[in-house]
Amino acid sequence: MSALLSASNLTRRFPGNRGLLDMLARKPRPVVHALSDVSIDVSAGETLGIVGESGCGKSTLARCLVRLIEPDEGNISFDGADVGSLEGPARRKFNRAVQMVFQDPYASLNPRMTVGSTLAEALRVHEIVPAAEINARVASLLDLVQLPATAATRYPHEFSGGQRQRIGIARALAVEPRVIIADEPVSALDVSVQAQIVNLFMELQERLGLALVFITHDLRLVRHMTHRVAVMYLGRVVEIGPVEDIFTAPRHPYTRALISAVPQLTPGLLRGEPAVRGELPSPLSPPSGCAFHPRCPIALPQCAAERPALDARGGTWPVACLRADEA
Amino acid sequence: MRAKIPLAIGMALLLLMLVCAAVPSWFAPYDPLEFDFAALLAAPSPEHLFGTDQFGRDMLSRTIYSARIDLQIAVFAMGGPLLIGSLIGLLVGWYGGWADAVFGRLADVVVTFPFLVLVIAIVAILGPGLINMYIAVACVGWVVYARLMRGEVRVQKAADYVAAGRVLGYSTGRILFRHVLPNAVRPVLVYAVTDMALAILLGSSLGYLGLGAQPPEAEWGALIADGRNFFTTAPWVSLTPGVAIVLAGLGFSLAGDGLAALLDVKR
Amino acid sequence: MMASRDDSTGLTVRELRVVFDTSRGPIFAVDGVALDVAPGEVMGLVGESGSGKSVSLRAVARLLHANARVTGSVRWRGQELLSLSDDQMLPIRGAQIGIIFQEPMAALNPVLPIGLQIEESLIAHTTMDKAQRQARALQLLDQVGIASGATRLAQFPHEFSGGMRQRAMIAIALAASPALLLADEPTTALDVTIQDQILRLLLRLKDELGMALLLVTHDLGVVAETCTRVAVMYAGRVCETGPTADVFANPHHAYTAALLRAMPGSGPAQAKLIPIPGMAPRLDAPSPGCAFAPRCTVSEPLCTTTRPPFVQEATRSSACYGRARL
Repeated sequence: MSALLSASNLTRRFPGNRGLLDMLARKPRPVVHALSDVSIDVSAGETLGIVGESGCGKSTLARCLVRLIEPDEGNISFDGADVGSLEGPARRKFNRAVQMVFQDPYASLNPRMTVGSTLAEALRVHEIVPAAEINARVASLLDLVQLPATAATRYPHEFSGGQRQRIGIARALAVEPRVIIADEPVSALDVSVQAQIVNLFMELQERLGLALVFITHDLRLVRHMTHRVAVMYLGRVVEIGPVEDIFTAPRHPYTRALISAVPQLTPGLLRGEPAVRGELPSPLSPPSGCAFHPRCPIALPQCAAERPALDARGGTWPVACLRADEA
Repeated sequence: MRAKIPLAIGMALLLLMLVCAAVPSWFAPYDPLEFDFAALLAAPSPEHLFGTDQFGRDMLSRTIYSARIDLQIAVFAMGGPLLIGSLIGLLVGWYGGWADAVFGRLADVVVTFPFLVLVIAIVAILGPGLINMYIAVACVGWVVYARLMRGEVRVQKAADYVAAGRVLGYSTGRILFRHVLPNAVRPVLVYAVTDMALAILLGSSLGYLGLGAQPPEAEWGALIADGRNFFTTAPWVSLTPGVAIVLAGLGFSLAGDGLAALLDVKR
Repeated sequence: MMASRDDSTGLTVRELRVVFDTSRGPIFAVDGVALDVAPGEVMGLVGESGSGKSVSLRAVARLLHANARVTGSVRWRGQELLSLSDDQMLPIRGAQIGIIFQEPMAALNPVLPIGLQIEESLIAHTTMDKAQRQARALQLLDQVGIASGATRLAQFPHEFSGGMRQRAMIAIALAASPALLLADEPTTALDVTIQDQILRLLLRLKDELGMALLLVTHDLGVVAETCTRVAVMYAGRVCETGPTADVFANPHHAYTAALLRAMPGSGPAQAKLIPIPGMAPRLDAPSPGCAFAPRCTVSEPLCTTTRPPFVQEATRSSACYGRARL
């Protein structure tokens, strides 16, 4: 399978805030390294999971992939062509192909537009169907996400969180994309509703052959619905590979910690030491060497000095740990 | 619901003012310019419900006929700042950067001066008259609208539905006017309605000072000014237009509050 | 089991109802909850949004606002809490019953150093002098796993990370050595590795201090890993209660069964999840029957008309007509 959408060596820094005292002391403006040298790709019909905790850069990555945020370094290519320089109609063509579903079903819909006009606008701008067929297409989009056709005349506030997320998905699907970037699309929903939306994503992917980038902090979901997974920590990918392999035999100590920290559904009281000690470091001043070394149970002295590259290290999938081949 | 009653009262008062302005002859018992030398400075009576002025003109009729000018002032003294300020606020709120910085400083400079003093100074330079007054108010009043709009636009700009529009490849113009503006306009509109009350007061103040509407155009402030010499002996001359100003102000305020609740966006 | 539980040592909640009066009419947030927490046990209260789990916890702690009408019975060590005055409640809440919340930043005072906030709790509930209080504050920070306590005591909440704030809030709640800790989604705002640390901390403190824990959560995984017993709530009512292992292995209520099936990880990867159809129930018009009936796959006509009674057997109780069909 050749990659449909791929990002290579993306780096994105954001300026941090500096207090008045620091400003007077002429300290340099702090920099948040949201993404450092991140490379991922996704193929048609495939689901790539991006998983990590807060500050790992997964949302910045999502926004870079749809060009809401421009990376400082690195490039993104779609269907083999670089998309970083696209403007005007060519950029709109890219927009049409790569769509996004947002986390907050309340903030991601324009509250002053009916569901029908939200969907019709997308159809009209991209001239997906002739004007006369717009209403029919709106109805079929609503049907695709399992909402009644009567939803078209109503406003977002008349719907529940799960229904709004369906509307957000319908809006993304309206322009017939080939890739969907979903940024925590179910984390605002209750478990019972979450399952409906997860199923919908899986069905749509199968029916439409979509490439799906599914960003989440929920490892149970990753394991359930993705094919490959990239684990991120403090702006970097630390391990990327087939999801079952990684969950069965994680090679990066952070991946191991993350997996063992997820509460299991099998009853049994937690005993002993936590999966990992310490807190997430501030992205303003990431630790030297491997960013995980202060919390790592198997860190060596050189982990603080040397940042391990992301490569196969004697295994079949890339991992960024000096000791990956020991386990 | 709780918003309905004030809104209804406010709208009723404004409707009354509107009808008075449109067809004053329906309500006014006399010709406002007709002299009645038999009843100079007459106290309220069945013939002249709100009394007469020094020329025997019926105060109720004069006040009703003046409504047209005051309504015009309310609309134009609010409309100019509203349009100019909203557009500036929309653009600097969206684009930010140096335009925003320039706007911020400029706005600071304008609000440093007392509003009325600045308006009077500009009218004094341009010369008295309603048109010049509208220009003066627009020069000063846009700042409030621009600030309100800018703040709201910055909030909306960060919302995911705007991001969704950008991901869908919508043009900036479409996002600004179809998505951001309808969601950002509420505080501005609410303020505009209340601002009409202030505009009437401003028009009256300038009218009182002789800088606003020029005779023979009568306006409530000018009417009050006319009565100032008789205030101890014939208070009704000033009181009648005064009550009109209060009622109009009340109408705009209540309507503004009601509108605020009505436009409240449901999430 | 419920009836035989010793009333005088733990927490016993019966027929708890909370109605919020809103401008759009009453909201029946808690609709007849029964609950027991024995000394030293961890009781889980699990449900989705709108199930009434957090409101129940706040009603127990008497923390609801004036627009909430609370009826029923909340007995703590034999004393009825709902009939106490606010003044009479003071020596109980904070001293005998500690509380921690989901958002430590909202519960901590942003302009007071952490040390002072711990001391305030000690001043309110103990007779310690200043030196004793400071020693105790240090000890508490150590207990909740905050290193270099002396410097930390002088710091403000914004200088703490999310996990550290939650630890600080736990320290404040534990200041007066409560016998019962009410925890309202204490790890929901935290990252999963930090959640793991905090849950282990809570369990360790429970053992060390011999206190009971009432843990409100929406996460069945958290329940499985921390709670000895669990009560599952839906639409303001308790569906079933029992030992966690038994409830997970063999649910007695259709909702519990459906919720467990809907969890990713409950079946093979890439398989369809089994969602619960429909939407969350309306709380403004409670159903005369079982609140879950409209979304239930094993319901019968009786479910929509008559509220199923609580059936008690051994260590468990449940209210479901469809139990035999699960």
